[in-house]
Amino acid sequence: MMRRLLAVWHARNLEFVRDRGTLIFTLLLPIMLVVGMSFVFGGPERPLFKVGVLDSRIDKSSHPFLHERFVDFVPIANEHDGLPKITHQQVDLLVDLHSAPPRYWVNTDSPKGYIIEKLLLAAAPAAQRQPVTGAAVRYVDWLFPGILGMNMMFSCLFGVGYVVLRYRKSGFLKRLHATPLTAFEFLTAQVLSRLCLILFVSAVLYFGIGSLIHFHSVGHTLLLIPIAVLGSLSMIALGLTLAAGISSEELVGGLLNMLTWPMMVLSGIWFSLEGSPRWVQWAAHLFPLTHLLDAARAVMLDGAGVAQIAPHLLYLGVTALVFLAFGAWSFRWRVE
Amino acid sequence: MSDPILEVRNLVKRYPTVNAVDGVSFSVPEGICFGLLGPNGAGKTTTIEIMEGILAPTSGEVLYRGVPLGPRFREEAGILFQKTALQDFLTVRQTLAMFRGLYDRGLDVEEVIRLCALEKLADRDNRKLSGGQQQRLLLAVALVNDPAMLFLDEPTTGLDPQARRNFWELIESIKARRKTIILTTHYMDEAELLCDDIAIMDRGHIIARGGPQQLLQEHFEQVLLELPKKDLPEDARRLGLKIIESTERVEIATHDVENTLRSLIDARVPLRNLRIRPPNLEDLFLELTGKELRA
Repeated sequence: MMRRLLAVWHARNLEFVRDRGTLIFTLLLPIMLVVGMSFVFGGPERPLFKVGVLDSRIDKSSHPFLHERFVDFVPIANEHDGLPKITHQQVDLLVDLHSAPPRYWVNTDSPKGYIIEKLLLAAAPAAQRQPVTGAAVRYVDWLFPGILGMNMMFSCLFGVGYVVLRYRKSGFLKRLHATPLTAFEFLTAQVLSRLCLILFVSAVLYFGIGSLIHFHSVGHTLLLIPIAVLGSLSMIALGLTLAAGISSEELVGGLLNMLTWPMMVLSGIWFSLEGSPRWVQWAAHLFPLTHLLDAARAVMLDGAGVAQIAPHLLYLGVTALVFLAFGAWSFRWRVE
Repeated sequence: MSDPILEVRNLVKRYPTVNAVDGVSFSVPEGICFGLLGPNGAGKTTTIEIMEGILAPTSGEVLYRGVPLGPRFREEAGILFQKTALQDFLTVRQTLAMFRGLYDRGLDVEEVIRLCALEKLADRDNRKLSGGQQQRLLLAVALVNDPAMLFLDEPTTGLDPQARRNFWELIESIKARRKTIILTTHYMDEAELLCDDIAIMDRGHIIARGGPQQLLQEHFEQVLLELPKKDLPEDARRLGLKIIESTERVEIATHDVENTLRSLIDARVPLRNLRIRPPNLEDLFLELTGKELRA
C-alpha cells in the first residue's frame, strides 16, 4: 500500500513543482498582497487618541473626561475584551468610569498613552492607575496570518478539488481505477502531497515575508505547525468533498467560489469581525479558515499556548475527519 | 483445450432507456488475440468495460481464471482505454515509474521503454508526444505490470497509416510473448491481421463467433466482382445477378465466376475496372449487421 501511495504522491508533487506558472503565482501573490496592504494601510497614524470605555455605550454627560476634544471614545463590553487592546496599543487608554474611584489602564510603552493619561488625570485626579506593557500591533502584523491563511485556503480548495475533477474528466482516474490502487490510497496521496506542498510554501512565505516586514511571533513558532497541518487538512478535505463525485467544472467552480468568498470576507483575513452581528460571528466560526486564523493570531500576536488554541485545533481536526470520510464515501473514479 | 483465462456469463447491462448488453456469454482461451467487433452502439465498449472490472453489470458475471474479478485480476491485467490522458508535466519515464509503483510485480521500466520503442522519448514531457507516440506510451503503461491479459480498446483509432502499422508490429511482438489480448476495433483489416478468434456484437448480443477464416467460410461461398457503378448499365441489372450497391461501386456476389463474367461481357459491360476479390471481414460484418462499421 505504501509503495502505491508513494508512487502517486511523488508524481503529483512533480506535476505541481513543474507547473511553474502556478508555483510562482502561489509564492508571489501573498508577498504582493502583504507589501501592497502595508503600503496602503501603513504610514503615520491618524492624529487622534483612542480611548476604550468599559460600557455598553458612550454617554458623554456621565463624566467630564468624555468631553475632551480630538479623542475617539469607543465602548468596550468588559475588561477581558479591553486588556488585549491596550496591550497591543489598539486603544491608547482603557477607562472604567463607573467604579469608585475610576480605574484606568495605560500601556507604559505607548507615547500616546503617556499624553492621554495626563488629560484623564486632569479630569479625574483620583483615578487609579493600572499599568500594562506591550508593543503595538501594526496592521501589517495583524494582516500577515490572514494572507498566509488565504493562500492556504486557495491552495487547499482549488489545488485539490480542481485537480481531482481534471483527472476524472480526462479519464486519468478511470485509468488508475484499472490498477490495484484503492480510492483510499489515491485520496491519501493527494491529501499528503498537497499538505507537504502547502507546509513548504507557507514556511517559505512565513520566514520570507516575516523578515521583509520585520515580524516576530510573540508565541512559540513551533505551535504554528499543528495549526497549519490541521487547518490545511480540514480545507483540503473540504475541497475533496466538493470534487469527490462531481464531473462538472462549472458546478465545482461555483461551489468553490461559494465557499471561498464568504471565507474571504467572514474569516477575518482583512479585518476583525468584532462588533459585527452575533449571527455573522456564529456563521464565521463554521469555516475552518476562521479557526485557523484565530489560532494563528492567538499564537503569533498574543503568545497563546496549547491550552488556549486547543478548541480551534479540535474543531479543525474533527472537520478534517468528517470531510475526509464524506469525500471517500462519495468519491467516483469516472464520469457517470 | 486449456481452461479459459476469462469467462463471461450471461452478462446484462441495463440503462434506463436501453439494454446495452443483453445476455452475453463467451470465454477466451489463454494466449490468443480475441477480437470483439460491432457497430457503434452494439454494446462492445460496455461489455469490455465490464470485463475490465471498471463497470458493474446489472446481472451476470465475469470470471478470471475461474474466479470473479478481484485483486489478482487487477494485478495481472493491462488496459489501454480508448481515451486516456496522463498527468501533465511528467516525462515518459516518470509516468511509467508511477504506474510501475502501483503493482507488486512487473517489468523494469527500462525494459518496457525498449519494448515499446520509447527510448528516444523517455525524457520527453507527455504533452509533447504525437498521437502515435502517445498510444505507444499508453501501451507501455498497460504493459508495465507484465500482464497476463491485455485489453486494447480501439488502440489505433485516429492514428495515421504509418503509426497504425508500427502499432500492429508492437502488438504482434506482444502476441509472441503468449499474452492474451482482448481487442476491440473499427478496422477490419486490423482484426483480420491480429485476431485469432472474433465475436461480432450487435444490439447487445453476440451474433457470430469463431476464427476470421472460419467465419468467412461459414457465411460466404461466393466471391465478389467489384465494378464502378457507372460501368453497370440498366440492362445488366436485369440479368438476375446478386448485386450489392454502395455509393460509387457495385459488388456482384457469385459462386460461378466464369458464367457471371460471360453474362457481363454479353451485356456489353466494360470490364476494364473490374476487380475480383474474396469476401473479407468487412463484408461479413455488413452481411450480419446490415451496418457499416463506422456508422
